[in-house]
Amino acid sequence: MVNFELTKEQKMIKDMVRKFAESEVAPIAEHIDKTAEFPMDTFKKMGELGLLGIPFPEKYGGSGGDTLSYIIVVEEIGRACGSTGLSYAAAVSLGASPIYYYGTEEQKQTYLIPLASGKALGSFGLTEPNAGSDAGSTRTKAVLDGDHYTINGEKIFITNAGYSKTIIVTAVTGKNERGRNIISAFIVPSDTLGVKITSNYEKMGVRGSNTSSIYLENVRVPKENILGDPKKGFKQFLYTLDGGRISIAALSVGIAQAAFEAAINYAKERVQFGHTLSSYQSIQFKLADMAMQIELARNMVYKAAWLKDNGRPFTLESAIAKLYASEAAFYISNQAIQIHGGNGYMREYHVERYLRDAKLMEIGEGTSEIQRMVIARQLGL
Amino acid sequence: MNILVLLKQTFDTEEKIVLENGKVSEEGVEFVINPYDEYAVEEAIKIKEELGGEVTTISLGPDRFESAIRTALAMGVDKAILVDDPDVFGDEYTAAKVLTEVIKDQTYDLILAGYVAVDDASGQVPQRIADMLNIPIISTAVKIEIDGSNITVHRDVEGDTEILEAPLPVIITSQQGLNDPRYPSLPGIMKAKKKPLDRLSADDIGVSPDEVKAKTEVIETFLPPKKEAGRILSGEISDQGRELVQLLRSEAKVI
Ligand SMILES: Cc1cc2nc3c(=O)[nH]c(=O)nc-3n(C[C@H](O)[C@H](O)[C@H](O)COP(=O)(O)OP(=O)(O)OC[C@H]3O[C@@H](n4cnc5c(N)ncnc54)[C@H](O)[C@@H]3O)c2cc1C
Ligand SMILES: Cc1cc2nc3c(=O)[nH]c(=O)nc-3n(C[C@H](O)[C@H](O)[C@H](O)COP(=O)(O)OP(=O)(O)OC[C@H]3O[C@@H](n4cnc5c(N)ncnc54)[C@H](O)[C@@H]3O)c2cc1C
Repeated sequence: MVNFELTKEQKMIKDMVRKFAESEVAPIAEHIDKTAEFPMDTFKKMGELGLLGIPFPEKYGGSGGDTLSYIIVVEEIGRACGSTGLSYAAAVSLGASPIYYYGTEEQKQTYLIPLASGKALGSFGLTEPNAGSDAGSTRTKAVLDGDHYTINGEKIFITNAGYSKTIIVTAVTGKNERGRNIISAFIVPSDTLGVKITSNYEKMGVRGSNTSSIYLENVRVPKENILGDPKKGFKQFLYTLDGGRISIAALSVGIAQAAFEAAINYAKERVQFGHTLSSYQSIQFKLADMAMQIELARNMVYKAAWLKDNGRPFTLESAIAKLYASEAAFYISNQAIQIHGGNGYMREYHVERYLRDAKLMEIGEGTSEIQRMVIARQLGL
Repeated sequence: MNILVLLKQTFDTEEKIVLENGKVSEEGVEFVINPYDEYAVEEAIKIKEELGGEVTTISLGPDRFESAIRTALAMGVDKAILVDDPDVFGDEYTAAKVLTEVIKDQTYDLILAGYVAVDDASGQVPQRIADMLNIPIISTAVKIEIDGSNITVHRDVEGDTEILEAPLPVIITSQQGLNDPRYPSLPGIMKAKKKPLDRLSADDIGVSPDEVKAKTEVIETFLPPKKEAGRILSGEISDQGRELVQLLRSEAKVI
């Protein structure tokens, strides 16, 4: 049976978050973009509303919602502010979810509850200077030394790390029989001795989202802080990224939606050659393409979320959703600038920010090329 | 402290109103909690959080009211009653009569409502109910303080404030500024679906459609005339003044 109706709860969540985003998130979007200030206050409010724990059960401080509800929230926050949307999606999908998927009961009690209940933020440290798309080339090492692991290495471009209480860090713990790196994941409290976090990037977009480098120098964490199967860290983060991609896709839809709304409103108002821009077929066609792409992207995102909620495989669908939605968001924000003419090039009209924010969607959590590789692999190629 | 809140679902005030066959079309329209009722809901929850007790919303309207009611439940209301029987839909008299019958079966210390519903904007229902229940009413509250069995209300009177006291039970209607309604939280939304929503018919509350029949009839519904572009007068100020008075008399016919 196919059913495109949102549940009452999902509708209520959408209404609530739209109101919240319009009155609390959108008004400061321009400011945090300009100053690159992290909107900690917004995250406190989102935490109080239970937004940081949507897909986690109540016993872990969550709200007991589903992936689709979470995805709806990401889109609405993204429609108001790409930076806030990215930090939100990363906190839930990357910072907290792996602990929920793979953590022991004790790890969930200690580390998931503060994240899900919105009292703290978490990050996910996978990328390194020499391991981006090729995450398997991780050089960070963890060595077992009695009842502690000692971790050494460097992580780059880590979302929220400057404001996180815990960071999930991937590190090499050995080699398998074929000589390949065995990668494990560790929960590292960010105040552990030897962890140094700097946030010095000057970013093109999502400037209000915190992005940090992490230096790990003889960082000692208890053996119990290993997350999930010590030998399956690689598989675990692939699954985590599959989930994260749905949220980046939703964020892309949110940005695209904002750009589209700005463009259609502007086109209806702006008069050139004696008529509104919206009366010209070439502008109508642009707006029609935008609407089509948003509709398709949103449907794909919802489908991927539905598959995840129903325990089906969703690797293929989340890659398709992320690839399509991020490229659509980039195209749509670019066209939104075009429809705004010279005004579109100016900050005041917001659409230039949408383009800068949308660009990240084609890079983070697997570039567009990597998504195509994932899709090709799923096709058996 | 048991509190009843009268809750109506209305048009989103940002919606464009379309007339179809002499009626306001509901096609594709967004419905929300009447904004003034939302203040009442918030105030009721705040009072409950401070003094304990239970908050119940009471509504009269079609099935679609449920989404507004669920939102109130998600904000923290405990239970809800909806009379969704079209046989007892009518005018302000009907609404007051039906709601009064429902209220009579409840135990309550305080009844909160919005001072007006933004759709029909009659501002009559709570007053009529107060009369039918024979209890006092204080309208357009911007601050409510409860001390034992007494209540002190600051009410907005055309921009000034009047301070009134009343014994409980009493009906109070809310004005903007009373509070800042909370957003329903995620756990609140998830819990709302498990909270009781009683749907009642005319039979259940023991009224016959005849006795609550509307006393008024809508003859015609029309949109206000479109605003015309303004006119800017030019020339010497004294001439403009003279022209303006002339126009107000001959064209606008307001003096
Ligand atoms: C704002 C921001 C936030 C981020 N947040 C996080 C985070 O929270 N956690 C985290 O771990 N990482 C994070 N990242 C890192 C992000 O995931 C990586 O930047 C991304 O995966 C790409 O890796 P890279 O930058 O090393 O690029 P590279 O891997 O060097 O890729 C460069 C180019 O080469 C292409 N390419 C690479 N390999 C192939 C191939 N085999 N075939 C064809 N083309 C190829 C890529 O598609 C890309 O176009 C973030 C990045 C940014 C910018
Ligand atoms: C950084 C910058 C520097 C500039 N420098 C100068 C300068 O030195 N001197 C100067 O005079 N101007 C300058 N401009 C203005 C620039 O030339 C205009 O912005 C440009 O011509 C577009 O005009 P507009 O902004 O009014 O957009 P609009 O004309 O409003 O166009 C908006 C959109 O509608 C489309 N459109 C318009 N008419 C039609 C139609 N009939 N059919 C289909 N589509 C249509 C346009 O292609 C565009 O996509 C500058 C602009 C910028 C941003």
